[in-house]
Amino acid sequence: MKVLRDLFRDYRFCFSFGVLVIILILALLSFFAPYDPTLWNVVPKDTKPSAEHILGTDSNGQDIFWQATFAVRNSLIISLIAAMVSRVVAILVGMIAGYKGGSTDRVLMFVSDSLLIIPLFLTMVMLAMLLRQHMNLVILGLMLSAFGWPWDARLIRSLILSLREREFTETAVLSGTGTVKLVLKEYLPFAMPLIFSTLINNMSWAIGLEMTLAILGLVNINIPTLGTMLNWALFYQSILLQRWWWILTPVVLALFLFIALYWLSVSISEYLDPRTRIQRVGTQ
Amino acid sequence: MTFMKRYLIPRLIQYVLVIWLGITVVFLIPRLTPNDPIMRMIGEMRGRGSTLEPGTMDDIIEDLTEMYGLGGSWLDQYWAFWGRLFHGDFGVSFFQFPTRVNQLIATAMPWTLGLLLTTTAITWTFGNIIGGLAGYYSRKGWSRTLDAVAMVIRPLPYYIFAFALLLLFASSLVFQWFPLTGGASMGALPTFTWAYIKDVLWHSALPALSLSILGGAVVFQTMKLLVQNVNAESFVQYAKLGGVTESRIVGKYVIRNALLPQITGLALSFGQIFSGALITEIVFSYPGLGMLLYRAIINGDYNLIMGITIFSIVGISTAILVVDLTYPLIDPRVRYY
Repeated sequence: MKVLRDLFRDYRFCFSFGVLVIILILALLSFFAPYDPTLWNVVPKDTKPSAEHILGTDSNGQDIFWQATFAVRNSLIISLIAAMVSRVVAILVGMIAGYKGGSTDRVLMFVSDSLLIIPLFLTMVMLAMLLRQHMNLVILGLMLSAFGWPWDARLIRSLILSLREREFTETAVLSGTGTVKLVLKEYLPFAMPLIFSTLINNMSWAIGLEMTLAILGLVNINIPTLGTMLNWALFYQSILLQRWWWILTPVVLALFLFIALYWLSVSISEYLDPRTRIQRVGTQ
Repeated sequence: MTFMKRYLIPRLIQYVLVIWLGITVVFLIPRLTPNDPIMRMIGEMRGRGSTLEPGTMDDIIEDLTEMYGLGGSWLDQYWAFWGRLFHGDFGVSFFQFPTRVNQLIATAMPWTLGLLLTTTAITWTFGNIIGGLAGYYSRKGWSRTLDAVAMVIRPLPYYIFAFALLLLFASSLVFQWFPLTGGASMGALPTFTWAYIKDVLWHSALPALSLSILGGAVVFQTMKLLVQNVNAESFVQYAKLGGVTESRIVGKYVIRNALLPQITGLALSFGQIFSGALITEIVFSYPGLGMLLYRAIINGDYNLIMGITIFSIVGISTAILVVDLTYPLIDPRVRYY
């Protein structure tokens, strides 16, 4: 509990916590939605926010508030799939490369470096274009995770490299601890904070990339996500027609979500690594 | 000439290798997926209601196979693909049919290049100066305020920030100061008159602003941290005790030393800046490569997408190479031998 109390002393953590709780509640509300998000013309079109429709309705005849709850839920699902799967790959690659060293290390790092160098955005666009017909939440999540691991694998590898030089490694090896046990029991706890902060960053990256692909119309635009909501709002010229309640909903939600995720990761990593805390306050 | 052997040649080999790898991926991706672009196109033609005689159909399939370079085995295709590339031929665009991809890219390129070069220069210069000062005076109120602002802007993706600016300053929601879309006013002829230049600048103000503020926040944050680190070093203390004027310490010793990692950072972030610019162009309907890419995607114009991708692979790698090679000129301590 002391951990939480310390964390709540940071205004950024409080903000992120609050925003993320609200967003989670929104996502959970989607299970009680009175409308089916895939059906059109279930409510009157283009009405302003009112008591009946809190955030108004859009040109497809959908209720924007309930649509937003689905959008948040689906965006979170995509980002969680992408972040979790790419974490597993990053941890495996990073740990094997870091611990084994030698040619295994070189091959794995060559693969991850190559992925880093390729213009990610355009490659993604090409892949998404070709997969467009089969696009759903899981495929999109997996596609994002295929490109989300190299940088973090490098970070984990360099952590393992430094841990390998520590004395406790020698002690463990000499006392007959197996490689798998050593890595899982001794190294993983050290890597946990790093893994956690990369997890959050990766989620935010995945949500962002999903939105980009959605604006380009490269995902299934009938599944509501933050990106596809924006896509529809733009498609119906909601800026020119001044339907602010429509375009602002995904934009404001995304703004808060991105800031909350970033601040969460910053405040937690600062808490875990006091050196950066000192750095921020200033050493003089 | 140990410099050549130790550094230049391996670096050049890496450069060529990266480009080769990137372009090979561009070649492979469409071929690894089960979709047949030609059959899809024929399907689309049929979908539009045009009836074709069997003979014509075969001719069309043959022409399209030729156009997309899909004849023969993968190896043959690969050779032909490189052959065409070396002639600077990216094939024919599909959605603006007889126009060559090269020509479309050439018209869009100046817009993107202009936007990108200006914003990168502005971002980098101002981000580093302001970040450097904020790092040196990190206890001051204005420094903390700027830091807080950067904390808010930093995590936002390019288009969300661009949309926020668009809604605030170009739509009728708050202020309608800037034009909503386009690179110049409708029907304006590109001439070297002040009116036209002003028009172009006016239209590019908001896209440029969104790119520079967002990029600037990142540069600011890293520079601030770097300067704080340099500040803690003993030579700075020594200079202070020795009575060197503060402006000289900041400008000559601290910022210049902290600047070096930022140059590498610039090289590393080129790819990101580039794709950010593409997305920003789409948000503002700016007539550069990003908008071209957008139209290519909407129309399923594979040749054009490949052309833009290959162009950007070569462009980004070259930019990184140039920055890497000029590094020893800037930092006299780095000598590649």
